[in-house]
Amino acid sequence: MSGPAYELHELRKVFADGTVAVDEISLTVGAGEQIAVIGPSGAGKTTLFRLLNLTLRPTSGWLRIAGVDVGGLSDQALRGQRQRIGTIYQQQNLVGRLRVVHNVLAGNLGRWSPGRALASLWRPREAAAAWRALAQVGIPEKLYARTDELSGGQQQRVALARVLIQDPAIILADEPVSSVDPSLAITIVTLLRDVAHESRKTLLMNLHSVDLALRYFPRIVGVRDGRIHFDLSREQVTEELLRGLYAGHRDDELQLERPPGGLDPFGRACRPLPGFDK
Amino acid sequence: MAEPVAHFPASTSKSAFPYLLGAGFLVVLAGSLCTAQVDPRRLLEGDALANAARFLRGAFPPDLSSEFLGHMMRPAIETIQISVVGTLFAVLIGLPLGLLATSSLAWSGVLHERRAAMGRWVLGFVPYAVARGLLSVFRSVPEYVWAFMFVRAVGLGAFPGVLAIGVAYGGILGKVYSEILEGVNPRPLETLHAGGASRLGVVLYGLIPQALPSLVSYTLYRWECAIRASAILGLVGAGGLGQQIELSMRFFKFDEVVTLLGMLFCLVGAVDFVSGRLRARLTR
Repeated sequence: MSGPAYELHELRKVFADGTVAVDEISLTVGAGEQIAVIGPSGAGKTTLFRLLNLTLRPTSGWLRIAGVDVGGLSDQALRGQRQRIGTIYQQQNLVGRLRVVHNVLAGNLGRWSPGRALASLWRPREAAAAWRALAQVGIPEKLYARTDELSGGQQQRVALARVLIQDPAIILADEPVSSVDPSLAITIVTLLRDVAHESRKTLLMNLHSVDLALRYFPRIVGVRDGRIHFDLSREQVTEELLRGLYAGHRDDELQLERPPGGLDPFGRACRPLPGFDK
Repeated sequence: MAEPVAHFPASTSKSAFPYLLGAGFLVVLAGSLCTAQVDPRRLLEGDALANAARFLRGAFPPDLSSEFLGHMMRPAIETIQISVVGTLFAVLIGLPLGLLATSSLAWSGVLHERRAAMGRWVLGFVPYAVARGLLSVFRSVPEYVWAFMFVRAVGLGAFPGVLAIGVAYGGILGKVYSEILEGVNPRPLETLHAGGASRLGVVLYGLIPQALPSLVSYTLYRWECAIRASAILGLVGAGGLGQQIELSMRFFKFDEVVTLLGMLFCLVGAVDFVSGRLRARLTR
């Protein structure tokens, strides 16, 4: 396979209720590139990622992954493509009742036969690999813990470990740090960036925090109302562009106002909720 | 700027539905009382009282002779066996059909949005509809009638009882399983699917683990029902205590009937107890 990781041509997604979530987005993502996608809530970022990970079918336009047009692929071929794309979601989409080891090893489901998948639930296969992945995200001691006994931040690390096990060519992270504390947010973003860099994976990350995006990603894509508002290198992103991107979205605009002294490197994440700022 | 709201807004729901539902219920209740010939006076008429008295006179003291009790151990154990194997059959029928009959797994929703139309409708919707139809046939025929037919087919004994419970409860379990499975949080399923898991992978690592407590709990409840049902099924010749109750009734041995009912009471209580303990342990 060759060609850019993603080529999008006038990709459009209209939901059954008539909402236009993604409106003719065209974008090319080179293999191994690291891109942050920013924009106000409801801009269509999550829908864009669900199109990119082959969950949703675009209403029109086309999408190529590593040169392959996925529009006409069979169910089996689509499964093969999905295996090459690892997604980390905003909410921890883990099964709380399963032990951590199984949630991590679920990253193997694209490769495992049904018999192997079933046997592993009884007696974990490749538990050593799961342990190594957990060690990489800093919680190896949780290997056999029940997932719902973990904190939100620990669960997000488990989701990360699953993607490490999956070892995809492309990592899509949909607001992976919006529900974790600021220092863990930096840990997770840098870990993903380093993993992607080391094994030449393509990384796309939706971020609520403009600061994190500008700090850790060389290319920034601003999305607003389902369209690309700008697609620039970090140096070219100006305060005006950001104001335009978030204009009219009060909650999101707030994070652009930095407190005096610039002591807010994590954007919204460390801003106290109204009423808690005594 | 919007006008400041002086009063909190009243509920805008003006639906007549609750009233219609209430009125409809009253009409159905009145009609049912008439046509079901509910007439408490008939309980106190001469014949009814005399018959009841004859039964009670014959019933006491109950037959607690060790000989009778010894003879009844086998049917009692048989009743438990029928309920256990019958419930097992019901799970073997209900689980696969229930999975096929789960729309979010078979054909509708986000797991299928990118599926080719052929696969989605021919391999998804058609088996779904067939499974739903089968389940509905299985459960709309009462287990009593199933037992009657199976006794005709394979003869008297425990086996027709097992088959009857298996088929009738398989229909019920399949329906309830599919409803439980459709109610689980879909996000972990989408995640597994997006990572390249097959449909079976999604079932094993997302669907079943999430639904397990409810599945186990409802299956155990059905087992409790099955022990009661297996007694009834005996009345049409499908083995167990019920068959003995029927025999004793036919020979007007009401003292034996009361003993048998007592045994059934103990069995049902024991099964309820065991199932309650299992449920508490397995659904953590």
